[in-house]
Amino acid sequence: MKKKEMIAMLLAGGQGKRLKGLTKSLAKPAVYFGGTYRIIDFPLSNCTNSGIDTVGVLTQYEPLVLHSYIGVGSDWDMDRKNGGVFVLPPHEREDGSSWYRGTADAISRNLKFIDQYDPEHLLVLSGDHVYKMDYTKLLDYHKEKEADCTISVINVTLEEAPSFGMINTHEDLKIYEFDEKPKQPKSTLASMGVYIFKWDVLRKYLTEDIDKPDSESSHDFGKDIVPKMLADELALYAYPFEGYWRDVGTIPSLWEANMDLLKDDPELNLNDPDWRIYTRNPNEPAQYISPDAKLTNCMVNEGCSVYGEVDRSVLFYGVEVGEGSVISESVIMPEVKIGKNVRIHRAIVDQGKVIPDNTVIGEDREDPNEILLINGDSPF
Amino acid sequence: MKLMGVINLDHELDQLNELTYFRAGAAVPFAGRYRLIDFALSNMMNAGVPDIALFVRRKYRSLLDHLGEGGPWDLNRKRGGLFVLPPDWHDPTDISAGDLQHMHNNRDFFARSTGEYVVHSGSQHLSKVDFCDLAAQHKASGADVTIVYKHVDLLEPEHDSCFRVEVEEDGTVSGIHNEKGHHNIYIDLFIMEKNLFLQQMEYCIAHGDSYFFRDAILRNPSGLKIAGYEYKGYHAVINSIESYYKNSLELLDPEKYKQLFSPDMPIQTKIKYEAPTKYLEGAEVRNSLVANGCRIAGEVEGSVLFRGVKVEKGAKVINSIIMQKCVIEAGAIVENVILDKDVQVTENRTLVGDSRRPFVIAKRSLL
Repeated sequence: MKKKEMIAMLLAGGQGKRLKGLTKSLAKPAVYFGGTYRIIDFPLSNCTNSGIDTVGVLTQYEPLVLHSYIGVGSDWDMDRKNGGVFVLPPHEREDGSSWYRGTADAISRNLKFIDQYDPEHLLVLSGDHVYKMDYTKLLDYHKEKEADCTISVINVTLEEAPSFGMINTHEDLKIYEFDEKPKQPKSTLASMGVYIFKWDVLRKYLTEDIDKPDSESSHDFGKDIVPKMLADELALYAYPFEGYWRDVGTIPSLWEANMDLLKDDPELNLNDPDWRIYTRNPNEPAQYISPDAKLTNCMVNEGCSVYGEVDRSVLFYGVEVGEGSVISESVIMPEVKIGKNVRIHRAIVDQGKVIPDNTVIGEDREDPNEILLINGDSPF
Repeated sequence: MKLMGVINLDHELDQLNELTYFRAGAAVPFAGRYRLIDFALSNMMNAGVPDIALFVRRKYRSLLDHLGEGGPWDLNRKRGGLFVLPPDWHDPTDISAGDLQHMHNNRDFFARSTGEYVVHSGSQHLSKVDFCDLAAQHKASGADVTIVYKHVDLLEPEHDSCFRVEVEEDGTVSGIHNEKGHHNIYIDLFIMEKNLFLQQMEYCIAHGDSYFFRDAILRNPSGLKIAGYEYKGYHAVINSIESYYKNSLELLDPEKYKQLFSPDMPIQTKIKYEAPTKYLEGAEVRNSLVANGCRIAGEVEGSVLFRGVKVEKGAKVINSIIMQKCVIEAGAIVENVILDKDVQVTENRTLVGDSRRPFVIAKRSLL
């Protein structure tokens, strides 16, 4: 294999338990977002736009949808002769087999894959976040700082901090502490789950970690590898990222990030010709808007037929909205068929759901801010 | 039964004025996100035709750009796939002419394909003919060639130039002509056995002919047994600005739309990675077809919007076809117009055509 300066490993094995019914049969990175995308489109598109053409995608939980979605990677321009995208699920080895025990373990078990390219640096990504980022800038910074590890961070509020892995740094952004979900946060810099490591350094730490029993290590970057590197006084730096970044790991946060797109000029611009977000296109015909339809403040994908009213909502491909129906502040996933005179307010309706005529969803609820999830388990 | 496909553009005239000054008719954008060639290609793809030749002669730059290696139609194969073939040949003794020149000079394509039957189509007749069913009927009938026709109740000006098919009760064709009052329209689609096809081609060339359908089938010097296949589904013929405009807006009828875009025979096209379309506060969109990547703050009615069109606040688009990346600025009004790609209509400008004869604005114009 030809040597590469940097390749990426994308952690895509998580269930995303807090997304409840949405991740019943697919992993979190495969969850739909923004009218046409899946979450994993963002890191994959960022890679291709940053000129990173070799990506290992580590899968574990319910991988079928992800595997068939990624395919040979042609949608992200990753069907390459030298490099490309590789799906890497846990596999049996001579010395036994087990599931990926943690994020670091997932990488450790694929050393052979990484070594083929003999990279100088390894980019470790998470398939859980929605953001646009030029990883070449991160790499430049990492090289400029001569860092062993650079962690991309984003400013959050002190109130939000307890739900993130927080990074505590000196003034020059040299990291002295990694604080996982702190009760009393000391900084406002949250880890984005985007790391660059010097590969020879990380390789050494991973080979030490893999042999530790589970009682000594959880084989996780945030809990084990990074703290050990800090204890050994390696050069770890924080890279301050500016821009839109969201962990869409809960029903309310997924809903809110979708609603963010409806602003006149959203922070996350999906129509930037210089930074396209690529996705597998279902190739549906143009959307049909009937003579009585009304659409305001919404995003609608191809393949939709709208006969009713849609306001402040996101419609994925192939959605039908029947006559007299009113959809507001909702996210309607692909191929949902909504009958006539239906009212849906503040809900996420999961893929393929059929909503019968005259159904009312989301009115008269106890908590007016609650976002309802309508899926196969719903009573109609 | 193994099929091979030919999409022959050689005899098609580029009669769509501004839309075909710089592109072949087959490359004209249609229905918000397609080009006319997509329909013939998708029919072949849906029937599993593995080898397809596209005979081109003129203005095919934008076709090549659109087709690439044929990936969207699953034709980027190791063996077979899509062949875009010009009639190029440097043999001074070559006496072939017309579309026979294409067939003769690309005989290798026919020889190399494993197909036993040639499905021969143009690009101007949009249909959803099931080629497998056509091939089955052809074989069962024992005919030498089966030609496809559509019985059109209401004849329109675009049918004037089409051939008509006289069919007997037993399905044999007793005549092909151009009598304008006749309702069985030949939809530029036939099937015949490859060996017979090549034999007829050689015969026509030897006799100084130049046009396969006319000289081998219509004039029928060899006494071929010709059968008719009646097609009853969606059909449109696009051979003028008027027919282009009319058939585009007819897709606003949900019945027509469902016929053309029936999910069992999907239409494939080149993929663009646009975000979904955004409807902003104050948008009023009714009775329209809209592709992805648009941004609409104004009023749109009875129109077709291609990908990435912007309609600013206070702008009005009525009964119009607006192609890729056009911008209708604030307060501008366009009615009964066809805007080719990248046209910009500046603030408060008004542009009104006649519903029978829409205005056509060439690509990249600034108004």
